[in-house]
Amino acid sequence: MSVRAAGLEGRRQLERRERAARVFLAVCQAATLLGLVFLGILLVDVTRDGAPYLRPELLTHFPSRFPSQAGYASALVGTLYVAGIMSLVAFPLGVLAAVYLEEYARPSPLTRVLEVNIANLASVPSVLYGLLGLGVFVELFRMGKSVLAGALTLALLVLPLAILASREAIRAVPFSVREAAYALGATRWQVVRHHVLPYAAPGIFTGIILSLSRAVGETAPLIMMGALQYVPFLPRSVWDYFTVLPIQIFNYVSLPNPEFHRVAAAGILLLLVVLLFLNGTAIWLRNRATIRW
Amino acid sequence: MQRILDTRPQIFHQAVTATEPVLQIRDLRVWYGNSAALRGVTLDIPERRITAVIGPSGCGKSTLIRSLNRMNDLIPGARVEGQVLFRGQDIYAPGVDPVEVRVRIGMVFQKPNPFPKSVYENVAFGLRLHRKLSRRELDERVERALRLAALWDEVKDDLHRKSGLELSGGQQQRLCIARALAVEPEVLLMDEPCSALDPISTARIEDLMEDLKQTYTIVIVTHNMQQAARVSDFTAFLLDGELVEFGPTEEVFTRPRDARTEDYITGRFG
Repeated sequence: MSVRAAGLEGRRQLERRERAARVFLAVCQAATLLGLVFLGILLVDVTRDGAPYLRPELLTHFPSRFPSQAGYASALVGTLYVAGIMSLVAFPLGVLAAVYLEEYARPSPLTRVLEVNIANLASVPSVLYGLLGLGVFVELFRMGKSVLAGALTLALLVLPLAILASREAIRAVPFSVREAAYALGATRWQVVRHHVLPYAAPGIFTGIILSLSRAVGETAPLIMMGALQYVPFLPRSVWDYFTVLPIQIFNYVSLPNPEFHRVAAAGILLLLVVLLFLNGTAIWLRNRATIRW
Repeated sequence: MQRILDTRPQIFHQAVTATEPVLQIRDLRVWYGNSAALRGVTLDIPERRITAVIGPSGCGKSTLIRSLNRMNDLIPGARVEGQVLFRGQDIYAPGVDPVEVRVRIGMVFQKPNPFPKSVYENVAFGLRLHRKLSRRELDERVERALRLAALWDEVKDDLHRKSGLELSGGQQQRLCIARALAVEPEVLLMDEPCSALDPISTARIEDLMEDLKQTYTIVIVTHNMQQAARVSDFTAFLLDGELVEFGPTEEVFTRPRDARTEDYITGRFG
């Protein structure tokens, strides 16, 4: 009798536990779905608005007073130019700083201060970087509102992200592998050169690409820095004026003629394609090249 | 006790004689931060013999063996006092480059840690670090090291294609031994090299050690007393960072001088 009772009680208990599991699963699914639904609505809306303007002229035409003539040629080239120069500056610095902090720096109050500061810089609002760029690069260094000033401003923004991502990737290389190399008589540089960096490379590149896509989507710091909104030519050198995709989109959206809003929607799709390409590359790298220890 | 001796009785019938010490450890003290891991150990490691270091977990075995090629330098907060004389020269003296120490005193770790590179590259890495070798010379020395570690026949067809990480655990550990042997060290330190391996792989590595001691001086840390009894010529028993007893393995296991040694090897603690 008591055994049966215990068995029944047990089953009820079990049902209750399984119900809790189902409820939790449903909540998680709903949370995922909510995000996807909003993304989907946004995408459908933008595509409906922008579809008529998705044509080759979008890539080859400069900004114009007439919506039918308007395009993103200077913005697209500006984005590539600025992002390229920013990458050349920010990513080598970021990786080197990460190597120093992970492999060389001994724990000390100074390195603690450095680490905390880098983490804080990564979460500083991007507008502030724009002000910094305006004050330092545009004014103090007299670079003007040039490609170089824009690239350096974005480099400041991305540097802490690149350092954090690289450190993460470097830390994922097991200490036992470093030990193995040291025990064979490798110097610190040989360990970094032949082991730490190659094994961390996929993770470093993934992090770098993700921070690159963050920079490509940034508007505020470049507007703050004073990047132009109307650039009817392609930048020929790093000293030229420039504009970038998000600024150009922002510009079209703020015009009163509703046709320009459709041009802006097409621009958003263009920017989305660039970002999807970048993020897709990052995911592909992470899945393909990451070492499973 | 008798059961342990029965596993490999022949070892105990060999006359085990001490040879010239390669490493002389003098009053070695190691701290990690404020906690003392070694409290003054003095010990001679004889040449071309296998010396086992035994003791319960946390007694300082690993600390001791890692002090012998300055691997503790890599651990932040580790501090070493005392001397480790390698052929008469203190490896902790100012001006001694730990890189050079590690070339001459190699190490195999508890968990096999091959590089995520091909088998060939794993072995060639150490060779390439120190001098430029011709392709042929490199090939020869890689093969010799893999043969010495009894791994050649299992990997020779896939030298360049197979990653070190794709080997079985036992093969990985033999690869790590081959990698250490390739740079031709004089001393081989082994920190519980079989603790992650199955009995068959363990037996292969123990056989290998028997062969290697013709040429190399071996120090092995083990928590497995049967293993110490089977393979070693000399045994050091550590407890709480102090050396309790050191002597020929047969004596330590059959006629321990210290009561604590006897308690430990008969399984009363640890």
